[in-house]
Amino acid sequence: MSFAIKKQGEIVVVDVEGQLIVGNRQELKQRVLDELEKGERKFLIDFSQTGYIDSSGLGVLVSLSKKIREQGGELRLANLNDDLKTLFELTKLDTLFQISDTKERALETF
Amino acid sequence: MSAISSARPFAPGRVHIALELEIPSDVRYIERVVEVVKQQCAQFSYPQRQCCLNIPVALSEALSNAILRGNGDRSGAHVQVKVDVTQERLILEVLDEGLGFDFEECLTDPTEPGNIEREDGRGLFLMTRLMDRIERFSNQGNVVRMTLRRHD
Repeated sequence: MSFAIKKQGEIVVVDVEGQLIVGNRQELKQRVLDELEKGERKFLIDFSQTGYIDSSGLGVLVSLSKKIREQGGELRLANLNDDLKTLFELTKLDTLFQISDTKERALETF
Repeated sequence: MSAISSARPFAPGRVHIALELEIPSDVRYIERVVEVVKQQCAQFSYPQRQCCLNIPVALSEALSNAILRGNGDRSGAHVQVKVDVTQERLILEVLDEGLGFDFEECLTDPTEPGNIEREDGRGLFLMTRLMDRIERFSNQGNVVRMTLRRHD
């Protein structure tokens, strides 16, 4: 499990490879907060290579979304597979995040 | 991680796999335990949704609770996992060395408007939504038993 961060225009794109769970959520949080600290404001997390997410992984996404919004920015999500979509629907987090079917679509509309 | 595999007597025409795993009380072991259980269920051709969503998420939550809430800071503590799979259902038992906690009291609804932006509070909720039955009891430690019927 790892995270890849790259800039596409003015958007910071984070790829979550593997799981987003209690064992690695802090790493994701810190890496995104470091970018926020540097002045970045638009963030997109791409889940195309993600297996499963646990409650602490969901919690980190909620926390990051709040912190980014407080700084006038926005966190969006893309490429949730059907299982991950179900997870977001069960927890109603699909109502909290703007979720795009593809990364390209998310980048176009940011 | 240590594993003891015990082949129980099979009922006529019924395959039954039982495994016992023991891990140090460390969240870094969660992913490996989940993979072992997923493999067992995949051998019984459990549906992809159950192998990729219900089982990994619910088991991760139970293990996190056992490690972080149950065992807490106890040094040298372990978590035991019992896996019992048949064609029809999966039973998982997660045992920690703690005193347990009031499941009902800790169970909140994270989908309520006042809770939706909370960082925590989704673990037990997800276990109850992703498994068919959750039971808690004490047996030389604190045990959470989760049952999932195979849904094709």
